[in-house]
Amino acid sequence: MSETSPRLSYIRDKLDSKVLEAVQAQGDDVLILDRAGLRESFLLLKTDMQLSYDFLSDITAVDYWQKKEPRFEVVYQILSLGHRRRLRVRVPVPESDPAVESLTPLWRGANFLEREVWDLFGIRFIDHPDLRRILLYDEFQGYPLRKDYPVNLCQPRVPEREVAGTFVDERSHNKLLRLKKSLGSKI
Amino acid sequence: MKAENQDLPSETMDLQMGPSHPATDGTIKLNLKLEGEKVLACDVEVGYLHRGFDKSCEQATWTQVIPYTDRLNYASPLINNVGYALAVEKLIGVETPPRCQYIRVIVSELSRIFDHLTCCGMAASELGAITVGFYMIEARELLIRIIEGLTGARLTVTYVRVGGVKHDLPHAFAEHVAQTFKTIRKLLDDCDRLLSRNRIFLDRLSHVGVISKETALSYCLTGPILRATGVNYDVRKVFPYLVYDQLDFEVPLGSKGDNYDRFLCRIGEIEQSMKIVEQALQKLPLGPVWIEDPRFVLPEKEKVYGSIEGLMHHFKIIMEGIQVPAGETYFAVEGGNGELGFYIVSDGSGRPYRMRVRPPCFIAMGAFHEMIKGYMVADIVPTFGMINMIGGECDR
Repeated sequence: MSETSPRLSYIRDKLDSKVLEAVQAQGDDVLILDRAGLRESFLLLKTDMQLSYDFLSDITAVDYWQKKEPRFEVVYQILSLGHRRRLRVRVPVPESDPAVESLTPLWRGANFLEREVWDLFGIRFIDHPDLRRILLYDEFQGYPLRKDYPVNLCQPRVPEREVAGTFVDERSHNKLLRLKKSLGSKI
Repeated sequence: MKAENQDLPSETMDLQMGPSHPATDGTIKLNLKLEGEKVLACDVEVGYLHRGFDKSCEQATWTQVIPYTDRLNYASPLINNVGYALAVEKLIGVETPPRCQYIRVIVSELSRIFDHLTCCGMAASELGAITVGFYMIEARELLIRIIEGLTGARLTVTYVRVGGVKHDLPHAFAEHVAQTFKTIRKLLDDCDRLLSRNRIFLDRLSHVGVISKETALSYCLTGPILRATGVNYDVRKVFPYLVYDQLDFEVPLGSKGDNYDRFLCRIGEIEQSMKIVEQALQKLPLGPVWIEDPRFVLPEKEKVYGSIEGLMHHFKIIMEGIQVPAGETYFAVEGGNGELGFYIVSDGSGRPYRMRVRPPCFIAMGAFHEMIKGYMVADIVPTFGMINMIGGECDR
Protein backbone atom coordinates (compact mmCIF):
# COMPACT_ATOMS: atom_id res chain seq x y z
CA MET A 1 0.00 0.00 0.00
CA SER A 2 2.76 2.44 0.82
CA GLU A 3 5.79 1.30 -1.19
CA THR A 4 7.02 4.16 -3.32
CA SER A 5 8.19 3.93 -6.90
CA PRO A 6 11.15 5.86 -8.37
CA ARG A 7 8.60 7.99 -10.23
CA LEU A 8 6.94 9.07 -7.01
CA SER A 9 10.24 9.84 -5.31
CA TYR A 10 11.19 11.91 -8.36
CA ILE A 11 7.97 13.92 -7.95
CA ARG A 12 8.68 14.25 -4.25
CA ASP A 13 12.13 15.65 -5.02
CA LYS A 14 10.77 18.11 -7.53
CA LEU A 15 7.78 19.37 -5.58
CA ASP A 16 9.52 19.16 -2.23
CA SER A 17 7.37 20.36 0.66
CA LYS A 18 4.19 20.59 -1.41
CA VAL A 19 3.88 16.80 -1.40
CA LEU A 20 2.13 15.74 1.77
CA GLU A 21 2.17 12.07 0.86
CA ALA A 22 2.99 9.89 -2.15
CA VAL A 23 1.75 6.31 -2.17
CA GLN A 24 0.84 3.50 -4.48
CA ALA A 25 -2.55 1.90 -3.98
CA GLN A 26 -3.97 -0.90 -6.16
CA GLY A 27 -1.25 -0.15 -8.70
CA ASP A 28 -2.21 3.54 -8.98
CA ASP A 29 0.16 6.37 -8.19
CA VAL A 30 -1.49 8.64 -5.67
CA LEU A 31 -0.17 12.01 -4.68
CA ILE A 32 -1.51 14.15 -1.86
CA LEU A 33 -0.62 17.78 -2.50
CA ASP A 34 -0.82 20.93 -0.47
CA ARG A 35 -3.33 23.39 -1.92
CA ALA A 36 -0.91 26.32 -1.62
CA GLY A 37 0.66 26.92 -5.02
CA LEU A 38 -1.42 24.16 -6.58
CA ARG A 39 -1.28 25.57 -10.08
CA GLU A 40 2.51 25.67 -10.10
CA SER A 41 2.59 22.08 -8.90
CA PHE A 42 0.35 21.02 -11.76
CA LEU A 43 2.34 23.10 -14.21
CA LEU A 44 5.44 21.17 -13.18
CA LEU A 45 3.65 17.83 -13.44
CA LYS A 46 2.44 18.85 -16.90
CA THR A 47 5.63 20.29 -18.37
CA ASP A 48 8.46 18.29 -16.75
CA MET A 49 9.90 16.07 -19.46
CA GLN A 50 10.26 13.09 -17.16
CA LEU A 51 6.65 13.27 -16.02
CA SER A 52 4.64 15.09 -18.73
CA TYR A 53 1.24 14.41 -17.23
CA ASP A 54 -0.28 16.41 -20.04
CA PHE A 55 -3.88 15.23 -20.08
CA LEU A 56 -6.44 16.11 -17.45
CA SER A 57 -8.93 13.32 -17.17
CA ASP A 58 -11.24 14.27 -14.35
CA ILE A 59 -11.81 16.58 -11.41
CA THR A 60 -14.10 15.66 -8.58
CA ALA A 61 -14.32 15.99 -4.81
CA VAL A 62 -15.09 13.82 -1.80
CA ASP A 63 -16.70 14.99 1.42
CA TYR A 64 -15.27 13.24 4.49
CA TRP A 65 -17.72 14.86 6.91
CA GLN A 66 -16.98 13.85 10.51
CA LYS A 67 -14.52 11.29 9.24
CA LYS A 68 -11.43 13.21 8.35
CA GLU A 69 -9.89 16.62 8.87
CA PRO A 70 -9.72 18.65 6.62
CA ARG A 71 -13.21 17.84 5.50
CA PHE A 72 -13.00 17.96 1.69
CA GLU A 73 -10.65 16.48 -0.80
CA VAL A 74 -10.50 17.61 -4.42
CA VAL A 75 -9.40 14.71 -6.59
CA TYR A 76 -7.68 15.14 -9.96
CA GLN A 77 -7.04 12.31 -12.40
CA ILE A 78 -4.26 13.18 -14.81
CA LEU A 79 -2.42 11.01 -17.28
CA SER A 80 0.55 11.06 -19.56
CA LEU A 81 -0.29 9.99 -23.09
CA GLY A 82 3.39 9.67 -24.01
CA HIS A 83 4.45 7.58 -21.02
CA ARG A 84 1.08 5.80 -20.68
CA ARG A 85 0.78 6.46 -16.98
CA ARG A 86 -1.95 7.70 -14.73
CA LEU A 87 -1.63 9.79 -11.59
CA ARG A 88 -4.24 10.66 -9.03
CA VAL A 89 -3.74 13.91 -7.14
CA ARG A 90 -5.71 14.52 -3.97
CA VAL A 91 -5.82 17.97 -2.42
CA PRO A 92 -7.24 18.36 1.10
CA VAL A 93 -9.46 21.42 1.52
CA PRO A 94 -10.73 22.62 4.93
CA GLU A 95 -14.38 23.43 5.57
CA SER A 96 -13.62 26.91 6.91
CA ASP A 97 -12.27 28.12 3.56
CA PRO A 98 -13.33 25.73 0.80
CA ALA A 99 -11.28 27.08 -2.10
CA VAL A 100 -8.52 25.86 -4.39
CA GLU A 101 -6.76 27.44 -7.33
CA SER A 102 -8.44 26.88 -10.68
CA LEU A 103 -6.66 24.84 -13.34
CA THR A 104 -8.41 26.54 -16.26
CA PRO A 105 -5.19 28.29 -17.39
CA LEU A 106 -3.55 24.87 -17.82
CA TRP A 107 -6.47 22.90 -19.24
CA ARG A 108 -9.51 24.66 -20.63
CA GLY A 109 -11.56 21.53 -20.04
CA ALA A 110 -11.22 22.16 -16.31
CA ASN A 111 -13.88 24.84 -16.71
CA PHE A 112 -16.90 22.52 -16.76
CA LEU A 113 -15.41 20.06 -14.29
CA GLU A 114 -14.67 22.75 -11.72
CA ARG A 115 -18.09 24.28 -12.19
CA GLU A 116 -19.59 20.90 -11.39
CA VAL A 117 -17.55 20.58 -8.18
CA TRP A 118 -18.61 24.09 -7.19
CA ASP A 119 -22.22 23.24 -7.96
CA LEU A 120 -22.40 20.01 -6.01
CA PHE A 121 -19.84 20.54 -3.22
CA GLY A 122 -19.56 24.30 -2.83
CA ILE A 123 -15.80 24.34 -3.25
CA ARG A 124 -14.71 27.59 -4.86
CA PHE A 125 -12.05 27.71 -7.56
CA ILE A 126 -9.95 30.84 -7.38
CA ASP A 127 -9.52 32.68 -10.71
CA HIS A 128 -12.11 30.53 -12.43
CA PRO A 129 -13.46 32.59 -15.37
CA ASP A 130 -17.10 31.63 -15.01
CA LEU A 131 -17.99 29.98 -11.71
CA ARG A 132 -21.73 29.37 -12.00
CA ARG A 133 -23.92 26.42 -11.13
CA ILE A 134 -23.99 23.93 -13.97
CA LEU A 135 -26.14 20.87 -13.31
CA LEU A 136 -28.52 22.57 -10.89
CA TYR A 137 -30.34 25.88 -11.23
CA ASP A 138 -29.11 29.16 -9.81
CA GLU A 139 -31.73 29.32 -7.04
CA PHE A 140 -30.82 25.91 -5.61
CA GLN A 141 -30.01 26.15 -1.92
CA GLY A 142 -27.15 24.16 -0.47
CA TYR A 143 -24.72 21.71 -2.02
CA PRO A 144 -26.31 18.30 -2.55
CA LEU A 145 -23.26 16.05 -2.57
CA ARG A 146 -22.10 17.21 0.84
CA LYS A 147 -22.76 14.50 3.36
CA ASP A 148 -24.77 16.81 5.61
CA TYR A 149 -27.29 17.45 2.82
CA PRO A 150 -30.21 15.07 3.46
CA VAL A 151 -31.23 12.85 0.53
CA ASN A 152 -34.92 13.69 0.77
CA LEU A 153 -34.65 17.45 1.34
CA CYS A 154 -37.20 19.47 -0.63
CA GLN A 155 -36.18 22.70 -2.30
CA PRO A 156 -38.37 25.82 -2.19
CA ARG A 157 -40.34 26.83 -5.26
CA VAL A 158 -38.57 29.25 -7.55
CA PRO A 159 -40.41 32.38 -8.73
CA GLU A 160 -40.50 33.03 -12.45
CA ARG A 161 -37.33 34.63 -13.73
CA GLU A 162 -37.10 37.73 -15.89
CA VAL A 163 -35.24 36.78 -19.04
CA ALA A 164 -32.79 39.14 -20.69
CA GLY A 165 -32.06 39.02 -24.41
CA THR A 166 -32.94 40.43 -27.80
CA PHE A 167 -36.31 38.76 -28.12
CA VAL A 168 -37.35 40.04 -24.74
CA ASP A 169 -38.64 43.30 -26.17
CA GLU A 170 -41.87 45.21 -26.00
CA ARG A 171 -43.82 42.55 -27.91
CA SER A 172 -42.81 39.50 -26.01
CA HIS A 173 -41.43 40.71 -22.73
CA ASN A 174 -42.38 37.83 -20.49
CA LYS A 175 -46.00 37.94 -21.52
CA LEU A 176 -47.16 35.92 -18.58
CA LEU A 177 -45.39 38.19 -16.13
CA ARG A 178 -46.98 41.28 -17.70
CA LEU A 179 -50.35 39.63 -17.73
CA LYS A 180 -50.06 38.83 -14.07
CA LYS A 181 -48.95 42.38 -13.30
CA SER A 182 -51.80 43.94 -15.26
CA LEU A 183 -54.37 41.76 -13.62
CA GLY A 184 -52.77 42.51 -10.27
CA SER A 185 -54.82 41.36 -7.34
CA LYS A 186 -57.47 39.67 -9.49
CA ILE A 187 -55.38 36.44 -9.71
CA MET B 1 -18.74 26.54 -44.12
CA LYS B 2 -17.42 29.63 -42.42
CA ALA B 3 -19.70 32.58 -42.86
CA GLU B 4 -17.65 35.39 -44.32
CA ASN B 5 -18.12 38.69 -46.13
CA GLN B 6 -21.06 40.17 -44.38
CA ASP B 7 -22.32 42.85 -46.76
CA LEU B 8 -25.36 43.98 -44.91
CA PRO B 9 -24.97 45.64 -41.55
CA SER B 10 -26.34 43.44 -38.84
CA GLU B 11 -26.74 43.63 -35.14
CA THR B 12 -26.12 40.74 -32.76
CA MET B 13 -29.10 38.70 -31.78
CA ASP B 14 -29.60 36.40 -28.81
CA LEU B 15 -31.25 33.11 -29.54
CA GLN B 16 -32.09 30.36 -27.11
CA MET B 17 -31.99 26.96 -28.76
CA GLY B 18 -33.58 24.24 -26.71
CA PRO B 19 -33.96 22.77 -24.12
CA SER B 20 -36.35 20.81 -26.27
CA HIS B 21 -35.51 21.22 -29.91
CA PRO B 22 -36.66 18.89 -32.68
CA ALA B 23 -33.25 18.79 -34.37
CA THR B 24 -31.14 18.06 -31.33
CA ASP B 25 -31.49 14.66 -29.73
CA GLY B 26 -30.80 15.45 -26.13
CA THR B 27 -32.25 17.91 -23.67
CA ILE B 28 -29.86 20.80 -23.65
CA LYS B 29 -30.10 24.54 -23.98
CA LEU B 30 -27.79 26.60 -26.14
CA ASN B 31 -27.74 30.34 -25.53
CA LEU B 32 -26.47 31.67 -28.82
CA LYS B 33 -25.19 35.08 -29.75
CA LEU B 34 -25.68 35.48 -33.47
CA GLU B 35 -24.63 37.90 -36.13
CA GLY B 36 -26.97 37.11 -38.95
CA GLU B 37 -26.63 33.36 -39.17
CA LYS B 38 -23.11 33.28 -37.82
CA VAL B 39 -22.58 32.04 -34.28
CA LEU B 40 -20.47 34.50 -32.32
CA ALA B 41 -20.71 32.85 -28.94
CA CYS B 42 -22.48 29.92 -27.43
CA ASP B 43 -23.21 29.23 -23.80
CA VAL B 44 -24.17 25.63 -23.12
CA GLU B 45 -26.64 24.93 -20.33
CA VAL B 46 -26.73 21.30 -19.23
CA GLY B 47 -28.41 19.63 -16.30
CA TYR B 48 -31.99 19.16 -17.46
CA LEU B 49 -31.73 15.44 -16.81
CA HIS B 50 -29.85 15.69 -13.52
CA ARG B 51 -31.26 13.14 -11.12
CA GLY B 52 -28.51 12.86 -8.53
CA PHE B 53 -26.77 9.71 -9.72
CA ASP B 54 -23.89 10.14 -7.25
CA LYS B 55 -26.18 10.73 -4.28
CA SER B 56 -28.44 7.82 -5.21
CA CYS B 57 -25.46 5.49 -5.43
CA GLU B 58 -24.37 6.47 -1.94
CA GLN B 59 -27.69 5.11 -0.62
CA ALA B 60 -27.50 1.81 -2.48
CA THR B 61 -25.49 -1.35 -1.92
CA TRP B 62 -22.70 -2.14 -4.36
CA THR B 63 -24.93 -4.46 -6.37
CA GLN B 64 -27.85 -2.05 -6.40
CA VAL B 65 -25.69 0.52 -8.19
CA ILE B 66 -25.56 -1.63 -11.34
CA PRO B 67 -29.10 -0.72 -12.52
CA TYR B 68 -28.24 2.95 -11.99
CA THR B 69 -25.25 2.61 -14.30
CA ASP B 70 -27.54 1.26 -17.03
CA ARG B 71 -29.21 4.63 -17.11
CA LEU B 72 -26.04 6.67 -17.62
CA ASN B 73 -25.30 6.28 -21.29
CA TYR B 74 -28.41 4.44 -22.32
CA ALA B 75 -27.04 3.91 -25.80
CA SER B 76 -24.31 1.65 -24.43
CA PRO B 77 -25.48 0.38 -21.03
CA LEU B 78 -23.34 -2.75 -21.12
CA ILE B 79 -20.10 -0.74 -21.23
CA ASN B 80 -21.24 1.18 -18.15
CA ASN B 81 -21.94 -2.11 -16.37
CA VAL B 82 -18.53 -3.48 -17.31
CA GLY B 83 -16.72 -0.29 -16.27
CA TYR B 84 -18.40 -0.19 -12.89
CA ALA B 85 -17.81 -3.88 -12.19
CA LEU B 86 -14.14 -3.57 -13.16
CA ALA B 87 -13.67 -0.56 -10.88
CA VAL B 88 -15.17 -2.39 -7.89
CA GLU B 89 -13.15 -5.50 -8.67
CA LYS B 90 -10.01 -3.41 -8.81
CA LEU B 91 -10.76 -2.07 -5.33
CA ILE B 92 -11.46 -5.55 -3.99
CA GLY B 93 -8.41 -6.91 -5.80
CA VAL B 94 -9.96 -9.86 -7.64
CA GLU B 95 -9.84 -10.92 -11.25
CA THR B 96 -12.63 -12.71 -13.05
CA PRO B 97 -12.10 -15.99 -14.96
CA PRO B 98 -11.08 -15.78 -18.63
CA ARG B 99 -14.47 -16.79 -20.01
CA CYS B 100 -16.10 -13.96 -18.09
CA GLN B 101 -13.53 -11.50 -19.41
CA TYR B 102 -14.17 -12.57 -22.99
CA ILE B 103 -17.92 -12.28 -22.49
CA ARG B 104 -17.43 -8.78 -21.09
CA VAL B 105 -15.40 -7.81 -24.15
CA ILE B 106 -18.10 -9.19 -26.43
CA VAL B 107 -20.92 -7.33 -24.71
CA SER B 108 -18.88 -4.10 -24.57
CA GLU B 109 -18.23 -4.20 -28.28
CA LEU B 110 -21.84 -5.03 -29.11
CA SER B 111 -22.77 -2.01 -27.06
CA ARG B 112 -20.24 0.18 -28.83
CA ILE B 113 -21.67 -0.78 -32.23
CA PHE B 114 -25.10 0.03 -30.85
CA ASP B 115 -23.88 3.42 -29.62
CA HIS B 116 -22.21 4.38 -32.90
CA LEU B 117 -25.20 3.23 -34.94
CA THR B 118 -27.46 5.41 -32.81
CA CYS B 119 -25.17 8.39 -33.19
CA CYS B 120 -24.56 8.11 -36.93
CA GLY B 121 -28.13 7.15 -37.76
CA MET B 122 -29.62 10.01 -35.82
CA ALA B 123 -27.11 12.52 -37.16
CA ALA B 124 -27.79 11.38 -40.71
CA SER B 125 -31.55 11.57 -40.38
CA GLU B 126 -31.30 15.03 -38.84
CA LEU B 127 -29.52 16.11 -42.02
CA GLY B 128 -32.32 14.72 -44.16
CA ALA B 129 -30.91 11.28 -44.90
CA ILE B 130 -33.90 9.56 -43.31
CA THR B 131 -33.30 6.38 -45.31
CA VAL B 132 -29.90 5.95 -43.74
CA GLY B 133 -31.40 6.68 -40.36
CA PHE B 134 -33.88 3.84 -40.84
CA TYR B 135 -31.22 1.46 -42.17
CA MET B 136 -29.12 2.08 -39.09
CA ILE B 137 -32.13 1.71 -36.81
CA GLU B 138 -32.77 -1.62 -38.48
CA ALA B 139 -29.19 -2.68 -37.82
CA ARG B 140 -29.59 -1.49 -34.24
CA GLU B 141 -32.79 -3.46 -33.85
CA LEU B 142 -30.95 -6.63 -34.88
CA LEU B 143 -28.33 -5.90 -32.23
CA ILE B 144 -30.99 -5.25 -29.62
CA ARG B 145 -32.38 -8.71 -30.34
CA ILE B 146 -28.98 -10.24 -29.58
CA ILE B 147 -28.74 -8.22 -26.39
CA GLU B 148 -32.31 -9.12 -25.47
CA GLY B 149 -31.58 -12.80 -26.01
CA LEU B 150 -28.54 -12.49 -23.80
CA THR B 151 -29.75 -10.28 -20.98
CA GLY B 152 -33.52 -10.37 -21.18
CA ALA B 153 -33.84 -6.61 -21.62
CA ARG B 154 -33.47 -4.23 -24.51
CA LEU B 155 -31.90 -1.20 -22.85
CA THR B 156 -31.79 -1.51 -19.08
CA VAL B 157 -29.73 -4.67 -19.17
CA THR B 158 -28.09 -5.00 -15.71
CA TYR B 159 -26.12 -7.94 -17.06
CA VAL B 160 -22.69 -7.61 -15.49
CA ARG B 161 -22.16 -8.26 -11.79
CA VAL B 162 -19.26 -7.61 -9.48
CA GLY B 163 -17.27 -10.82 -9.86
CA GLY B 164 -18.85 -12.12 -13.02
CA VAL B 165 -21.79 -11.81 -15.36
CA LYS B 166 -25.39 -12.70 -14.63
CA HIS B 167 -25.33 -15.89 -16.67
CA ASP B 168 -23.48 -17.53 -19.51
CA LEU B 169 -24.13 -16.87 -23.21
CA PRO B 170 -27.36 -18.40 -24.52
CA HIS B 171 -27.55 -21.37 -26.86
CA ALA B 172 -26.25 -20.76 -30.41
CA PHE B 173 -25.13 -17.24 -29.55
CA ALA B 174 -22.17 -17.27 -31.94
CA GLU B 175 -24.32 -18.31 -34.91
CA HIS B 176 -26.89 -15.69 -34.09
CA VAL B 177 -24.18 -13.01 -33.92
CA ALA B 178 -22.57 -14.18 -37.18
CA GLN B 179 -25.92 -14.01 -38.97
CA THR B 180 -26.69 -10.58 -37.57
CA PHE B 181 -23.27 -9.20 -38.47
CA LYS B 182 -23.77 -10.39 -42.02
CA THR B 183 -26.97 -8.34 -42.27
CA ILE B 184 -25.42 -5.35 -40.47
CA ARG B 185 -22.45 -5.33 -42.86
CA LYS B 186 -24.85 -5.33 -45.79
CA LEU B 187 -26.85 -2.47 -44.28
CA LEU B 188 -23.68 -0.50 -43.55
CA ASP B 189 -22.55 -1.04 -47.13
CA ASP B 190 -25.81 0.49 -48.29
CA CYS B 191 -25.37 3.37 -45.85
CA ASP B 192 -21.85 3.89 -47.09
CA ARG B 193 -23.03 4.09 -50.68
CA LEU B 194 -25.78 6.51 -49.71
CA LEU B 195 -23.71 8.77 -47.48
CA SER B 196 -19.94 8.69 -47.62
CA ARG B 197 -19.60 10.34 -51.02
CA ASN B 198 -22.94 12.08 -51.00
CA ARG B 199 -22.44 15.73 -51.92
CA ILE B 200 -25.12 17.08 -49.57
CA PHE B 201 -23.86 15.05 -46.64
CA LEU B 202 -20.22 15.97 -47.29
CA ASP B 203 -21.02 19.67 -47.56
CA ARG B 204 -22.83 19.63 -44.26
CA LEU B 205 -20.14 17.69 -42.40
CA SER B 206 -16.68 18.35 -43.80
CA HIS B 207 -14.86 21.44 -42.52
CA VAL B 208 -17.60 21.99 -39.98
CA GLY B 209 -17.05 21.94 -36.25
CA VAL B 210 -13.30 21.81 -36.68
CA ILE B 211 -11.24 21.52 -33.54
CA SER B 212 -7.46 21.31 -33.55
CA LYS B 213 -5.38 18.66 -31.83
CA GLU B 214 -4.07 21.05 -29.17
CA THR B 215 -7.51 22.49 -28.42
CA ALA B 216 -9.01 19.02 -28.17
CA LEU B 217 -6.33 17.95 -25.68
CA SER B 218 -6.75 21.16 -23.71
CA TYR B 219 -10.48 20.53 -23.46
CA CYS B 220 -9.87 17.00 -22.13
CA LEU B 221 -11.82 15.48 -25.04
CA THR B 222 -11.66 11.73 -25.55
CA GLY B 223 -13.20 9.16 -27.82
CA PRO B 224 -14.05 9.66 -31.50
CA ILE B 225 -13.88 13.47 -31.17
CA LEU B 226 -10.25 13.34 -30.02
CA ARG B 227 -9.30 10.57 -32.42
CA ALA B 228 -10.77 12.56 -35.33
CA THR B 229 -8.06 15.15 -34.68
CA GLY B 230 -5.38 12.47 -35.03
CA VAL B 231 -4.51 11.83 -31.38
CA ASN B 232 -4.19 8.11 -30.86
CA TYR B 233 -5.79 7.78 -27.45
CA ASP B 234 -8.01 4.77 -27.00
CA VAL B 235 -8.19 3.40 -23.45
CA ARG B 236 -8.36 -0.13 -24.88
CA LYS B 237 -4.92 0.33 -26.45
CA VAL B 238 -3.19 2.74 -24.05
CA PHE B 239 -4.31 1.17 -20.78
CA PRO B 240 -5.46 -2.30 -21.87
CA TYR B 241 -8.03 -3.96 -19.64
CA LEU B 242 -9.85 -7.30 -19.84
CA VAL B 243 -8.37 -9.23 -22.80
CA TYR B 244 -8.09 -6.37 -25.30
CA ASP B 245 -4.31 -6.82 -25.50
CA GLN B 246 -4.86 -10.35 -26.86
CA LEU B 247 -7.19 -9.23 -29.62
CA ASP B 248 -6.21 -7.77 -32.93
CA PHE B 249 -7.91 -4.50 -33.83
CA GLU B 250 -7.06 -1.06 -35.08
CA VAL B 251 -8.04 2.37 -33.87
CA PRO B 252 -9.43 4.48 -36.74
CA LEU B 253 -7.93 7.96 -36.70
CA GLY B 254 -8.88 11.14 -38.47
CA SER B 255 -6.71 14.09 -39.37
CA LYS B 256 -8.78 17.25 -39.72
CA GLY B 257 -10.88 17.08 -36.59
CA ASP B 258 -14.10 18.04 -38.36
CA ASN B 259 -17.48 16.37 -38.25
CA TYR B 260 -16.81 14.19 -41.27
CA ASP B 261 -13.72 12.71 -39.61
CA ARG B 262 -15.77 12.03 -36.50
CA PHE B 263 -18.34 10.27 -38.65
CA LEU B 264 -15.67 8.18 -40.40
CA CYS B 265 -14.05 7.31 -37.05
CA ARG B 266 -17.34 6.02 -35.72
CA ILE B 267 -18.13 4.03 -38.85
CA GLY B 268 -14.60 2.60 -38.76
CA GLU B 269 -15.00 1.65 -35.14
CA ILE B 270 -18.19 -0.26 -35.91
CA GLU B 271 -16.23 -2.48 -38.28
CA GLN B 272 -13.39 -2.90 -35.77
CA SER B 273 -15.83 -3.78 -33.00
CA MET B 274 -17.42 -6.45 -35.17
CA LYS B 275 -13.94 -7.81 -35.78
CA ILE B 276 -13.28 -7.92 -32.04
CA VAL B 277 -16.55 -9.72 -31.32
CA GLU B 278 -15.81 -12.32 -33.98
CA GLN B 279 -12.31 -12.91 -32.65
CA ALA B 280 -13.50 -13.09 -29.05
CA LEU B 281 -16.22 -15.58 -29.97
CA GLN B 282 -13.63 -17.71 -31.71
CA LYS B 283 -11.18 -17.62 -28.81
CA LEU B 284 -13.87 -17.90 -26.14
CA PRO B 285 -12.53 -20.37 -23.56
CA LEU B 286 -14.68 -22.76 -21.58
CA GLY B 287 -15.05 -22.42 -17.85
CA PRO B 288 -17.01 -20.57 -15.22
CA VAL B 289 -18.30 -17.02 -15.69
CA TRP B 290 -18.09 -16.18 -11.97
CA ILE B 291 -15.14 -15.95 -9.64
CA GLU B 292 -15.17 -18.73 -7.08
CA ASP B 293 -15.50 -16.59 -4.02
CA PRO B 294 -18.57 -17.00 -1.81
CA ARG B 295 -18.25 -13.42 -0.60
CA PHE B 296 -19.46 -12.03 -3.93
CA VAL B 297 -21.34 -14.83 -5.63
CA LEU B 298 -24.91 -15.86 -4.94
CA PRO B 299 -25.22 -19.59 -4.16
CA GLU B 300 -27.03 -21.91 -6.54
CA LYS B 301 -30.78 -22.12 -6.13
CA GLU B 302 -30.59 -25.79 -5.10
CA LYS B 303 -28.43 -24.87 -2.14
CA VAL B 304 -30.66 -21.92 -1.20
CA TYR B 305 -33.79 -24.09 -1.11
CA GLY B 306 -32.04 -27.21 0.16
CA SER B 307 -29.77 -26.12 2.98
CA ILE B 308 -29.79 -23.60 5.81
CA GLU B 309 -26.23 -22.48 5.00
CA GLY B 310 -27.17 -21.76 1.42
CA LEU B 311 -30.23 -19.81 2.54
CA MET B 312 -28.20 -17.74 5.01
CA HIS B 313 -25.55 -17.11 2.39
CA HIS B 314 -28.18 -15.91 -0.08
CA PHE B 315 -29.84 -13.76 2.59
CA LYS B 316 -26.56 -12.14 3.61
CA ILE B 317 -25.64 -11.16 0.06
CA ILE B 318 -29.10 -9.88 -0.80
CA MET B 319 -29.76 -7.97 2.42
CA GLU B 320 -26.31 -6.64 3.32
CA GLY B 321 -24.75 -6.62 -0.08
CA ILE B 322 -21.19 -7.51 -0.88
CA GLN B 323 -18.46 -6.04 1.29
CA VAL B 324 -15.83 -3.90 -0.38
CA PRO B 325 -12.72 -3.00 1.64
CA ALA B 326 -12.08 0.64 2.50
CA GLY B 327 -10.09 2.54 -0.08
CA GLU B 328 -10.44 4.51 -3.28
CA THR B 329 -9.71 3.74 -6.87
CA TYR B 330 -10.22 4.98 -10.40
CA PHE B 331 -10.82 2.75 -13.36
CA ALA B 332 -11.50 3.84 -16.91
CA VAL B 333 -12.86 1.93 -19.86
CA GLU B 334 -13.39 3.09 -23.42
CA GLY B 335 -17.05 4.00 -23.61
CA GLY B 336 -18.97 4.80 -26.76
CA ASN B 337 -18.06 8.48 -26.53
CA GLY B 338 -14.68 8.32 -24.85
CA GLU B 339 -13.01 7.55 -21.58
CA LEU B 340 -15.67 6.41 -19.16
CA GLY B 341 -14.06 6.44 -15.73
CA PHE B 342 -15.39 5.35 -12.37
CA TYR B 343 -13.87 6.89 -9.25
CA ILE B 344 -15.14 5.03 -6.21
CA VAL B 345 -14.44 5.55 -2.53
CA SER B 346 -15.40 2.87 -0.05
CA ASP B 347 -15.37 3.15 3.71
CA GLY B 348 -15.96 -0.57 4.18
CA SER B 349 -19.59 -0.16 5.23
CA GLY B 350 -21.16 -2.10 2.36
CA ARG B 351 -22.29 0.97 0.45
CA PRO B 352 -20.25 3.26 -1.81
CA TYR B 353 -19.04 6.27 0.15
CA ARG B 354 -18.54 8.26 -3.03
CA MET B 355 -19.26 7.31 -6.57
CA ARG B 356 -18.13 9.46 -9.43
CA VAL B 357 -18.44 8.88 -13.15
CA ARG B 358 -16.21 10.67 -15.60
CA PRO B 359 -18.83 11.46 -18.23
CA PRO B 360 -17.22 11.81 -21.67
CA CYS B 361 -20.09 13.71 -23.28
CA PHE B 362 -20.38 16.20 -20.40
CA ILE B 363 -16.76 17.12 -21.03
CA ALA B 364 -17.39 17.22 -24.79
CA MET B 365 -20.22 19.69 -24.21
CA GLY B 366 -17.67 21.87 -22.41
CA ALA B 367 -15.87 22.27 -25.73
CA PHE B 368 -19.00 22.73 -27.83
CA HIS B 369 -18.77 26.53 -27.93
CA GLU B 370 -15.25 26.16 -29.33
CA MET B 371 -16.44 23.77 -32.06
CA ILE B 372 -19.31 25.94 -33.22
CA LYS B 373 -17.81 29.42 -32.96
CA GLY B 374 -17.77 31.11 -36.35
CA TYR B 375 -20.07 28.62 -38.06
CA MET B 376 -23.70 28.87 -39.11
CA VAL B 377 -26.71 28.09 -36.96
CA ALA B 378 -27.48 25.17 -39.27
CA ASP B 379 -24.05 23.69 -38.48
CA ILE B 380 -25.06 23.24 -34.85
CA VAL B 381 -27.21 20.25 -35.77
CA PRO B 382 -24.50 18.03 -37.34
CA THR B 383 -21.87 19.12 -34.80
CA PHE B 384 -24.15 18.36 -31.90
CA GLY B 385 -25.19 15.12 -33.58
CA MET B 386 -21.62 13.88 -33.94
CA ILE B 387 -20.86 14.52 -30.27
CA ASN B 388 -23.63 12.06 -29.42
CA MET B 389 -24.64 13.81 -26.24
CA ILE B 390 -26.60 11.37 -24.09
CA GLY B 391 -28.55 13.20 -21.41
CA GLY B 392 -28.42 10.37 -18.93
CA GLU B 393 -24.65 10.44 -18.85
CA CYS B 394 -24.10 14.15 -19.38
CA ASP B 395 -26.36 15.26 -16.55
CA ARG B 396 -26.34 12.17 -14.34
